[in-house]
Amino acid sequence: MLREILDTFLQFLRTFGAMMLFFVRVFWYSPVVLVRRLPLVIKQVYNAGALSIVIIMVSGLFVGGVLALQAFANLERFNAEDTTGIFAGFALIKEIGPVITALLFAGRAGTALASEIGLMKATDQLSAMEMMAVDPLRYVVIPRFLGGVISMPFLTAVFTTVGLAGAHIVAVEWLGVDVGAYWQQLQQALEMEDVLEGIYKSIVFGIIASLLAVWEGYNAIPTAEGVGRATTRTVVITAIAVLIFDFMITAAVSLR
Amino acid sequence: MAWSRILSDHLIEVHDVDFARGERSIFKNLNLTIARGDVTAVMGPSGTGKTTLLQLITRQLVPDKGRIIVDGVDIASLGQSELYKLRQRFGMLFQNGALLTDMSVFENVAFPLREHTKLSERLIRHVVLTKLHAVGLRGAAYLMPGQLSGGMSRRIALARAMVMDPDILIYDEPFVGLDPISMGVIAKLIRQMNDALDITSIVVSHDVREISEVSDFCYVVSDGAVAASGTPDQLNADTSALVEQFMHGLADGPVAFHYDAPDYEEQLLGKSRGN
Repeated sequence: MLREILDTFLQFLRTFGAMMLFFVRVFWYSPVVLVRRLPLVIKQVYNAGALSIVIIMVSGLFVGGVLALQAFANLERFNAEDTTGIFAGFALIKEIGPVITALLFAGRAGTALASEIGLMKATDQLSAMEMMAVDPLRYVVIPRFLGGVISMPFLTAVFTTVGLAGAHIVAVEWLGVDVGAYWQQLQQALEMEDVLEGIYKSIVFGIIASLLAVWEGYNAIPTAEGVGRATTRTVVITAIAVLIFDFMITAAVSLR
Repeated sequence: MAWSRILSDHLIEVHDVDFARGERSIFKNLNLTIARGDVTAVMGPSGTGKTTLLQLITRQLVPDKGRIIVDGVDIASLGQSELYKLRQRFGMLFQNGALLTDMSVFENVAFPLREHTKLSERLIRHVVLTKLHAVGLRGAAYLMPGQLSGGMSRRIALARAMVMDPDILIYDEPFVGLDPISMGVIAKLIRQMNDALDITSIVVSHDVREISEVSDFCYVVSDGAVAASGTPDQLNADTSALVEQFMHGLADGPVAFHYDAPDYEEQLLGKSRGN
């Protein structure tokens, strides 16, 4: 019993150590890769970013709309429906935008990254690169990591913007909130710090989501089953990590 | 590399190598040498770690014990950049080709050139088409890997393995899953490449007939060590039980037909507790 617990703990430490070492290597080589392998990075920005835009925009539109609906329904009771914009805007910019973008990113781009790298491993493509004296970490893994990191803040910005538009459509066009009041309230209440909080979060989430995806793919068991499991785990672990970090960042910012 | 040729006829030496994957021991005190300029075959039943041996020789894996010398250098002592320099002298043909799926056949073959040389686009095109022509697939240059048959993929991979003009070509199970014609083509290519380019070839395989035809020297690996070695003719004449079983494809022998199991009668009649 004690022995089993100890073994599990050691196994955990070993995995954790390997993970940290991997992360350090990824960070260490990232600047060089960004400069020397720019075309590869750009291709991955396209794969992770541009190809995610449609799902991000559609989700943003509806999430914004829902926020406006909820806000309006509650604020109306206090005759404060003019502040619908504040509620929807703050939620989108500080919380919902970065978090949902990261979750959608994990589902759309993270799984693609993990399964792509996992399949390359399973079909010996990574070994073949090793044998051709090309480091797969620098050729395959890091460009994909950077593609995700660069994309996330932009995707978050798109999500939040479209979300605000969705909220506007619901609140102003549909529910009849005064357009001047709606935007003026939001503009007055919103500080630069609030926007920055959203941006910080999107950067942190971009790093987390991309790193976990390439880690899972690179360390997948090189079989069909192993790649499938790695893909699933990417979504699960990323979702949990993003939510935990979101709480920590919010706590750190609010208690400052 | 004329000076090292004088130093030794052995291009690769494996000394007293032990290797285990987790609890399972793969090699125990493995010793073998690969002669310069020969086609050397490494044969053995499935699951004896033939592919592992290739990974050890190319340092994709590191042995638990023992030394592996390539052209006079202990490969365990190399740093990453020295290792990569050494690997440029290797060409390796993987079991399924391992072509990079997101680029065309042409780009696959051009890949090592683009990574390691500063050749002009014209020259790259020239070299790539020459190599593709050598494997008879110049016409497939602009197909994607997904559009190729198994035999074609392997020939493209061979063209890619040769494109840097390596000193050593390594083939991992080049005959598996091929039709008889493709098998013959690959066997012919292995011999031709070796002689025409004056290189050293290592072929891991269990297709005894094909490999006997093209190799100069064979090792039979079993139970983590070399069980027999010699020229194909010597091995064919070998009367030891294991070699005979293997060379003539007998179902039962030292390599048992049955996987370890409890006694048949006991198990059927339900007396065994081992299910």
